[in-house]
Amino acid sequence: MLRFIVRRLLVLVPVLLGLSIALFAWVRALPGSPAQALLGERATQAQIEMINRQMGLDQPLYEQYLRFLGKVVRLDFGTSVQTSQPVIDEMIRRFPATFELGVTALLIAVVVGVPLGYFAARRNGTWLDSATITGSLIGITIPVFFLAYMLKYVFAVKLGWFPNTGRQEARMLDVEHPTGFYVLDGLVTGNMAAFWDAILHLVLPAIALATIPLAIIARITRAAVLDVLNEDYVRTAESKGLTSGVVTRRHVLRNALLPVTTVIGLQFGLLMSGAILTETVFAFPGVGKFVADAIPTRDYPSLQGFILVIATLFVLINLVVDVAYGLIDPRVRVR
Amino acid sequence: MNNLLDVNDLEIVFSRRGRKDVRAVDKVSFSVAPGETVGLVGESGCGKSVTSLAIMGLLPKRGVRLGGSIAFEGTELIGLPQDKLRRMRGRDLAMVFQDPMTSLNPVVPIGTQVTEVLVRHRDMGADAARKEAADLLARVGIPDPSRRLKEYPHQLSGGMRQRALIAMALAAKPRLLIADEPTTALDVTIQAQILELLKELVRESGTALIMITHDLGVVAGMCDTVHVMYSGRIVERAQRHELFAHPRHPYTGGLLASIPRLDQPRGERLEPIQGSPRDMLAWSQGCAFAPRCRNRVDECVGEAPVLAPARPDHEVRCYNPLGGSDDR
Repeated sequence: MLRFIVRRLLVLVPVLLGLSIALFAWVRALPGSPAQALLGERATQAQIEMINRQMGLDQPLYEQYLRFLGKVVRLDFGTSVQTSQPVIDEMIRRFPATFELGVTALLIAVVVGVPLGYFAARRNGTWLDSATITGSLIGITIPVFFLAYMLKYVFAVKLGWFPNTGRQEARMLDVEHPTGFYVLDGLVTGNMAAFWDAILHLVLPAIALATIPLAIIARITRAAVLDVLNEDYVRTAESKGLTSGVVTRRHVLRNALLPVTTVIGLQFGLLMSGAILTETVFAFPGVGKFVADAIPTRDYPSLQGFILVIATLFVLINLVVDVAYGLIDPRVRVR
Repeated sequence: MNNLLDVNDLEIVFSRRGRKDVRAVDKVSFSVAPGETVGLVGESGCGKSVTSLAIMGLLPKRGVRLGGSIAFEGTELIGLPQDKLRRMRGRDLAMVFQDPMTSLNPVVPIGTQVTEVLVRHRDMGADAARKEAADLLARVGIPDPSRRLKEYPHQLSGGMRQRALIAMALAAKPRLLIADEPTTALDVTIQAQILELLKELVRESGTALIMITHDLGVVAGMCDTVHVMYSGRIVERAQRHELFAHPRHPYTGGLLASIPRLDQPRGERLEPIQGSPRDMLAWSQGCAFAPRCRNRVDECVGEAPVLAPARPDHEVRCYNPLGGSDDR
């Protein structure tokens, strides 16, 4: 197992190299240039050349790429055009936010979606089953920005149960953030008020963000459990007179969770790339909005850096899914 | 006589909304004495597997209507609450299924699939169960059992898997074992081994066995009593020797004639039963086998024949049985 993981990590190197080349080429291929974006339409040729020289854009492409690579290895992603801050600082600020929100949303989706799908399959053809199918259809089709606004309007504005924007109350500005994960920070520093405040800030955006993964997970679980219930080995397990708990856990769920694991991994990867709509509605300082804004401002350094990190996360999550798969199913285990 | 299992007028009807009811098993009665080996013979769809699932209480609750009675040592199994059934299944009566390739859980080690029976029904701790499981695997002829316990089903051959499934079924020392075509999915050489193993194990342990098969060859080698089923009803029953020596029902006769024999003259063709199982009458319209029967007479269509004694300890459901009335 360990060798499998190490080998997969080594494979990561060429994947990331290829990705950095594609990314580098793609960003260069975008119409417009940073110089133009910075200087505006009336810039003179001399000014543009000066900026290009400053940013090294007058060098041959391969040299630009090698320099970019050398810096990336040292975690130097340059300076953001949008905020004039080092890109790495933006990352340290935004990835924990997105991670915290994404994990919370995924947790909701899994904790609700898997049991829902399981019971729908077990009660196949009953009202619970129909309600789950219909509900998941609504969950997939409902526009996120609409749902987010409704949640915010009802639970934050009207009822006042939850804060409506951001990650932390303004009055807690002086709270320490050693890790950048606000919920964790509250625990680490022993500041329970900040801990609870961070959780409250997560609830509404996480619910808005969880609907689609929840619906997908519930559906996949339902289909997988229905499949497995018809398998001969479940009948064998029943014929042994095992308790229904053992049959369910050992013989039904262990098999049914294989496809669900894949879906959870994919959804987690998606969540890590940020959620533009949800972040916008709740003014949540995550990755999604920042990256979206980097495109019109030609913020090459931010775009390259963030996409590279998101892609790395995606590949790592895939690795985790593969390892989990191997743990559950011995047939795919690589020796 | 005190029987281990008494099946009386068992009826199994599948009903689905918008479809006509299907009567899969129709007034089937038979009994199994302790230690006896009983054959339930018939072609696909005759209701033999459904009967065994009904005995095990493994039929789905929805869409299935059960009638009649299934008594195991005097306990009525039909309508017994699930938790009581769960305590009996695997402990008092166990089952070996047809396809060993799909009947084992692919993601759980063989060992766990054996020990879970011991833990559940014999109150064993993990260590004792593991030791006993190794013994069981050794007894069903799996070499190097302690290594096999850690392996997964995909690492075992088909024959080995069926052996493992037999070990699981016998783990809690049941008094009745149902084997539903246990050799159909296996190579011919392995088939013989598995049958021999089953025969030996039930003899050693005194377990009664219901052997479900379409293969009269299997029956000839192991069963004490044989019940031949056709279209949901028993059409003939007798002791094994009696049945093979004097088959009375034309269907049984057809099954026997379609088995190749070593002492057959060379070049002689096998005699198949005409038609297919789908060419049948509803029992309400006469004998279900009539459309395929060589011995058909006018009475066959109309009122269904009843199961009646043809010779001592030999019952047949036919108006015009083979061998006529000469031996009567």
